Amino acid sequence: MKRRRILQMGAAMAGGLLARGEASARDLGRPLGPYGERSPFEKAVRWRRESKTPEAGSSFSPLADSNGIITPSSLHYERHHAGIPNIDPATHRLVIQGMVERPLQLTVAEIKRLPSLSRILLVECGGNSGSEWAATTGATVQRSHGLASCSEWTGVALRLLLEEVGVKPGASWIIAEGADAGRYQRSIPLAKALDDMILAYGQNGESIRPEQGYPLRLLLPGWEGATHVKWLQRIVVTDRPYQSRDETSKYTDLMPDGKARQFTFAMEAKSVITYPSGGQNLPGPGQYELTGLAWSGRGKVERVDITTDGGRNWQPARLQEPVLPLAFVRFRMPWKWDGREAVIASRCTDATGYEQPSRESLIAVRGVNSGFHYNGIKLWKVAADGNVTNVEV
Amino acid sequence: MARVAVTTVALCSGQFAFADAARLGVGHAPTEEDLRGLSVMVTTDGDGLPPGSGTAAQGKRVFAERCASCHGPVGDGGDGPALVGGQGTLATPKPKRTVGSYWPYATTLWDYVNRAMPFNRPGTLTHDEVYAVSAYVLFLNDLVGEKQVLNAKTLPRVRMPNRDGFVSDPRPDVGK
Repeated sequence: MKRRRILQMGAAMAGGLLARGEASARDLGRPLGPYGERSPFEKAVRWRRESKTPEAGSSFSPLADSNGIITPSSLHYERHHAGIPNIDPATHRLVIQGMVERPLQLTVAEIKRLPSLSRILLVECGGNSGSEWAATTGATVQRSHGLASCSEWTGVALRLLLEEVGVKPGASWIIAEGADAGRYQRSIPLAKALDDMILAYGQNGESIRPEQGYPLRLLLPGWEGATHVKWLQRIVVTDRPYQSRDETSKYTDLMPDGKARQFTFAMEAKSVITYPSGGQNLPGPGQYELTGLAWSGRGKVERVDITTDGGRNWQPARLQEPVLPLAFVRFRMPWKWDGREAVIASRCTDATGYEQPSRESLIAVRGVNSGFHYNGIKLWKVAADGNVTNVEV
Repeated sequence: MARVAVTTVALCSGQFAFADAARLGVGHAPTEEDLRGLSVMVTTDGDGLPPGSGTAAQGKRVFAERCASCHGPVGDGGDGPALVGGQGTLATPKPKRTVGSYWPYATTLWDYVNRAMPFNRPGTLTHDEVYAVSAYVLFLNDLVGEKQVLNAKTLPRVRMPNRDGFVSDPRPDVGK
């Protein structure tokens, strides 16, 4: 008691600052919790169009608010065709049948006993940036590019299971079917299944979220998201595609001559600046860092170039590690904004040498009615008042 | 006796025993019971189509009760997409993609109705009703007669106008 009093006196003599500190009480923080939540000050959420049938549709990832390359599972874009099923993993089964020597049924627990692998992979909806085909383009990067997200996925190589069942000679496709209400179905070339497809149960360190396919889904590295069948319940090995609704009437690219491209699986090289981007405001001239995301469904991103003068000059951006194939790559470039109107954009080149095209060159070949697989360069205008808007040049 | 038999099998099929050992050995062969809950899968030549049949005349009633609230009374669209019309529009600036103008196979219509429709209660139509509703949608597109019976044999033979309208992926087609 006496010692404490002496310390207090010493503190008081040391100066007024400490004395005032003691006078301001601090509330104790919140206690430990069983499952984490983000700060209440963070407001970024998925965006979706108003709809009378919200069970079928898309919600867009808030890319402008993202850091690094991983999309939080809770903000991963959604695309459902018949709502999100509520599946008990204890009763869920995966059946592999068709042109196989030994048809197989597996529980989720059995699949988790198999040798596992994890990969950081992008998933991009085939319809991502579909709004960019038309004259009115997405006003924010969330609406123009938000049907793409990147996660660490964990599961088993599908090849392992196909070797286990013994694929019969002559087989060339697999048919994948989900356990959602609409029993979503897609045909996938067997070669992809034997190459790098993953039967996944984990996403970003925990089980896959229900809206991402809990408890089992497919991952087809680099290919359009609609082939990554969620809530997977069946694989049929066969010698032909089944021409299901979502590979004929949807996810096909109608060309100006009236013919439609089918089985356009790979998502081509693409990039977009996320800061500054549509809907944001730069508070004044000075030093900034341009940043954004680049990816290619055909492999690794080799380089990203940035223009701040509407495409006259391009400078290489720095690619931030890790730079992984078939994943989001974060790029950055310092920029001193002089306060005058500027049109900025990024352009990505992948390891195949393919360079992301302009919107004009895409439309020159494919017209404006193909709907899917848009990967044109995205321009943002920074006005003199700092407001950033979507722009066409 | 049993032991002798096992030994004999092992000797006679040594390579298979080895193959077994190399396999993962998890899961089991699905039983009839396991497969019973799985839905029908249909190929373009009709493999997988179940017994049953229907006509457009029968399908008209089913459509009015189960489909028209979203797709319109004659399939011209509402909250759900239009199913009818658009033939001849695919190469125009305003293409209209419907079952009649765009879908390459009639079997896809049967399969999709059976697995995913009606939107709010998929799986509730009988196989006969799926044949009948498919017939009605095809009838609305002038592709079958009103009294034409569609079944596992006749449905795959319905020639869709856009059957040859699809090409394979030519990309990369744009860019350097």
